[in-house]
Amino acid sequence: MRVMTTIHKSLLTLLLGLIGLLLLFPIVITFTNSLMTGGELLINYGTIGKLTEVTATGADTFVNLKWLPDKVTLAQYGELLVYSPNYLLLFWNSAGLVVPIILGQTAVAAMAAYAFAKLSFRGRDSLFLVYLLTMLMPFQVTLVPNYIMADKLGLLHTSGAVILPGIFAAFGVFMLRQFMLHIPYAYIEAAKMDGAGHLRIFLTVIVPMVKPGLAALVVLLFVDYWNMVEQPLIFIDDPFKQPLSVFLSRLSGEWDTVFAASMLYMAPMVLLFLYAETYFIEGVQLSGIKG
Amino acid sequence: MKKWVFLRAQRGIARWMRRDAAAAWLLLAPSAAGFAVFYLIPFVMGVMYSFMSNASEGGFAGLANYRELLASESFRKAASNTFYFSAVSVPLMLALSLGLALLLNGQIYLRKWLRTSYVLPLVVPVASVIIIWQMIFDWNGVLNYALSWFGISRVDWMKTEAARNVVIAVYLWKNVGYNVILFLAGLQQIPKDYYETAQLEGAGRFRQFYSITLVYLTTTTFFVVIMSIINSFKVFRETYLLAGDYPHDSIYMLQHYMNNMFVSLDIQKLTAAAALMVCGIMAVVLGLFGLERRYRRFME
Repeated sequence: MRVMTTIHKSLLTLLLGLIGLLLLFPIVITFTNSLMTGGELLINYGTIGKLTEVTATGADTFVNLKWLPDKVTLAQYGELLVYSPNYLLLFWNSAGLVVPIILGQTAVAAMAAYAFAKLSFRGRDSLFLVYLLTMLMPFQVTLVPNYIMADKLGLLHTSGAVILPGIFAAFGVFMLRQFMLHIPYAYIEAAKMDGAGHLRIFLTVIVPMVKPGLAALVVLLFVDYWNMVEQPLIFIDDPFKQPLSVFLSRLSGEWDTVFAASMLYMAPMVLLFLYAETYFIEGVQLSGIKG
Repeated sequence: MKKWVFLRAQRGIARWMRRDAAAAWLLLAPSAAGFAVFYLIPFVMGVMYSFMSNASEGGFAGLANYRELLASESFRKAASNTFYFSAVSVPLMLALSLGLALLLNGQIYLRKWLRTSYVLPLVVPVASVIIIWQMIFDWNGVLNYALSWFGISRVDWMKTEAARNVVIAVYLWKNVGYNVILFLAGLQQIPKDYYETAQLEGAGRFRQFYSITLVYLTTTTFFVVIMSIINSFKVFRETYLLAGDYPHDSIYMLQHYMNNMFVSLDIQKLTAAAALMVCGIMAVVLGLFGLERRYRRFME
C-alpha cells in the first residue's frame, strides 16, 4: 500500500513537473541563447520570416533550436551595457514610469478599497460596479477621449499622460477590496472603542493586516506596467523618453542582442517576484477566496 | 487662544471622521477624482461622440454611426472574432487551471517548486514571447520541422485559420499559473470533513466534486473569470506586435479594429465600436454577478 502511494505520488509529480518545464521553456531558451554569439544566433534563426525551403547550398532552412551555446560568451550583454548607452537610458525611463505608478496606485487604491470593503455609504455597490467595468475595458475603448483629456490637461507628450492614468486605474482598488473583505469587523470595532477614527484604523489596523495583498499588488502592477507598450507609444512620441518595453518590442529581428536584452529586461521582474514570492502567493490566494 | 481653536477644529474633524459615510468619501476622494478624470469622463465623452456626426463640432447623428458600424464588414469580423476568442479561451482556461489545481492539491512532491514554475510565465516580456512564438510557429519553425519528420508539408501557421488556436495557446500558457494559484487557495479553504461526511453517505467521487468542490469554489471562480476576461484582452499586445495592423482574418480582434480606426481618425466608428464592446462586457459581468449571488444563497 505504502509503495503504491509513493509510485502514485512520484508519477503525479513527474506529470506536473513536465507541464512546469513546458511553461518554463521560453525563459530557459531566452537565458541559454543570451550566452551565444551573434554569429551563432544568425545561423540558428536567420531564416525566420523568410518563405524559403532550401538554402543556396541545398540544406533545409528550418531553425536550429539549441539549448546550449557552442561557445559561452557575455558578448551580447557587453554590447548592450557598454557599447549602447541608449539601452541604459531606456531602462531608466521604464523605472521612471513604473515606480510612480506603483507607489501612487497602491496608496490611492488602499484608501479607496477600505471605503469599499468596510464602510457603508450610499451608492457603494453601484460605484464599485462602475470601477469593475472600467477595469475590464481594453485600453482602446477610451483611447480618443483619453487623448483629448491628456491634451486639455497639457499632459500630451509627457510621462504624466502615462503615469496619472496608471495611478488611478481600478485594478488595485478591486484587488485590495477583495482582500480587506476578509478582515473581521471585530478588529475595527475594537479600535473604535479605543477612540480611533477611520484614518487611524486604516493606517494602524488595516494596512498592517493586508501586507500580503499589498505585496501581491506591487508585483502584479510591476509586471503589468513594465510590459506596457501601447500607452507610451501613443502618449510619448519622443523616442528618447520611451520605456524599454517599446524599444524591445521592435527588436525581434536583431538576433545579436535580443536575448540578452530580454534577460536584462526580465531581471527586475524575476528578482522582485522571487523576493516577494511567499507574500505574493499568499496575497493572490486570499484575494480570490471571498467575492 | 489660537491653539484652542486649532484643537477644537481637530476634534471636529476627528468626530466627523468617525461617521462612516463621511470617512468613506474622504478616503475615496483621491481615487474617485482621478478615476473620474482619466476613466469615467473619457468614457462618457466617448459614448457622446458615438452619437455625433463630427466630434469637433458635433451635430447629433442619432444611431447613424452605429448603423454604419454594423454594416461594416471588418467590424463584424472583429466583433465575432473577439467574442469567439473569449467564449472559447475563458472556459478552456477555467477547465485547465482547475484541473491543474486539483492535481497540485493532491499528494505530490516539490509542491512549492512546481507552483513557482507555473507562475513564472507571467513575467516573461513581450519581446521574448514573440521570438519564441516565431521560433515555433514560423514557416521555418520548430513545429514545421517536427511535422516534416512525419512527411507533413509546411504550413505558415500565422496565415491560416490555425492562427486562432496559436493565440489561444499563448494566452493559456501565459495566464494559467495565476489562476492555478487562485484555485489552489480556494480548494484549501474547503473543510475536509465535508468530504468525509459525503463519503459516509455514499456519495461517489463525481458527486463529491460536483456538489462540494464546485459549489465551494463559486466565489473563486467568479474572480478567476473576471481576471481571465481581462487577460484575454491583453493577448492583443503580443498578437499586434507579431502580426501588425492587419493580421490574418481569424485573429483580427476588436482592438485591431479600434486601433485602425484611431489611425485613420474615424472617431465615430471607434467610439461606437467601443460603446458596443462595453455593452457586451457589461452584460457578461452582470450575468456573472447574478449567477454568483444565486449560488451564494444556495450555499447558505
